[in-house]
Amino acid sequence: MTAMLNVKDLRAYYGQVQALHGLEFRLNEGSLTTLLGANGAGKTTTLRAICNMVRSTGSIEFEGASLSGRSTENIVRLGIAHVPQGRGTFTTMTVEENLQLGAITRKDSAGIVSDIERMYDHFPVLKQRHTQQAGTLSGGEQQMLAVARALMLRPRLMLLDEPSFGLAPLIVRDLFRILGKINREDKVTILVVEQNAQLALELADKAYVIETGRIVMSGSANEIANNEDVRKSYLGY
Amino acid sequence: MELFTNQVLAGIATGAIYACMALAVVMIYQAIDHLNFAQGEMAMFSTFIAWQLMQWGVPYWGAFVLTLAFSFVAGIAIERLLFKPLAKAPILTNVAGFIALYAIINSFAGLIWDFTIKQFPTPFGSSPFLGSQLISTHQAGMIGVTLVLLILLFFFFRFTRIGLAMRAAAAMPESARLVGINTSWMIALGWGMAAAIGSIAGMMIAPVVFLEPNMMLGVLIYGFAAAVLGGLTSPLGAVVGGFLVGIFENLVGTYIPGVGNELKLPIALALIIVVLVVKPAGLFGRPIVKRV
Repeated sequence: MTAMLNVKDLRAYYGQVQALHGLEFRLNEGSLTTLLGANGAGKTTTLRAICNMVRSTGSIEFEGASLSGRSTENIVRLGIAHVPQGRGTFTTMTVEENLQLGAITRKDSAGIVSDIERMYDHFPVLKQRHTQQAGTLSGGEQQMLAVARALMLRPRLMLLDEPSFGLAPLIVRDLFRILGKINREDKVTILVVEQNAQLALELADKAYVIETGRIVMSGSANEIANNEDVRKSYLGY
Repeated sequence: MELFTNQVLAGIATGAIYACMALAVVMIYQAIDHLNFAQGEMAMFSTFIAWQLMQWGVPYWGAFVLTLAFSFVAGIAIERLLFKPLAKAPILTNVAGFIALYAIINSFAGLIWDFTIKQFPTPFGSSPFLGSQLISTHQAGMIGVTLVLLILLFFFFRFTRIGLAMRAAAAMPESARLVGINTSWMIALGWGMAAAIGSIAGMMIAPVVFLEPNMMLGVLIYGFAAAVLGGLTSPLGAVVGGFLVGIFENLVGTYIPGVGNELKLPIALALIIVVLVVKPAGLFGRPIVKRV
């Protein structure tokens, strides 16, 4: 399998503070990978560095092309959809406008219309609320909308930053089931950053563990889930 | 009663101009969170361009369209050259930039066209509108042009993809970049459109106040008053605010003894202060909450 995303020696900085210290990892095409770590380990920073939203050095290659020096919007246009922490919902706009914004870089208007219908199939609650202001949706609904909006790009790679944050356990299960389906059926490569290690490891096929800006462990999701240290630190048993 | 109707209609007519200026101010405010103090001078300069074109023999509507195009490009150029580099600068730096721009445009207009007042033609004539003494055809034309403009803008922002992208970029810049919108160019486009809208206001009001480099000063203050009244975050509020300020200005000038023409401008400023104290978000604006 070829690596779709290849990250080497990634260092990121907030002002003078260095948040990532030479991160290395790769995502295989079609894989569903999770990046685990505690608060402040650098998970969010990793995703932000991929989209050039934080100052960083090192090499990030997406499908063989270097991402360095590209603006955030140009990286997105390559087919990398990023669902940020806090979901990035356009709260003052309607649900349907949010979906249209997800496809704003696409030119095929017929495809956009049919994709919106497809999203309503994936997430029926969005159809019920399609004229409603997105800010009035519940947290779970907004997370559904954020995932749907990201899919409207028809991404090759989707980055999700703690999709389970603030959601009820049942809703998280539902969301993760849908993410698995998207990964299998739509062939979207997914990198999901999570604190909810147990669920993420059930869903993913590969996992990395990050601590203070460094990858300290990597392997198949199974191996990681059965690792003694991980179980103690992240799974709590 | 006829005096009252007359004053209200005249107020709506000048209010249309304030609405345009307020709209231009709000468009830039939404995009970059700053008040453009030079909005009036940009409109004045555009109006001089229209005047110059007509001096050279271009017919009115030809000059009108060329001026719109010139203003649009000039607005984008100002953003690219002056305010894009200042995007991350502190607020006072930006204010200084606006004041500099104000002075530069004002002086250049004076240098090129001098400070004597000039007649600016109206395409609508100034006879009574539909035989009524209440309002002139030019005033009716001002209202008509503004309404057409507002309808076009409404459709642009509501139903076009670029309008949607501009709204997204103004409301949530980071999220907008994450769906692939080039927010920097959306801001520039906002400047271009604001400059073009301002130029319409300038060309419509010039036959009334006469053309000279300081003609927009008062108009811009009324425009600010309108934008603050309606709410700086609401384009609709800006428009409603414009009409309300126009009517208010006329009624106060007519019915409150001693106000007359001299005290009208301070009243606009007093209105700004009252609104800011009583209802800072304006009639239609959303209160701005900053999380820390």
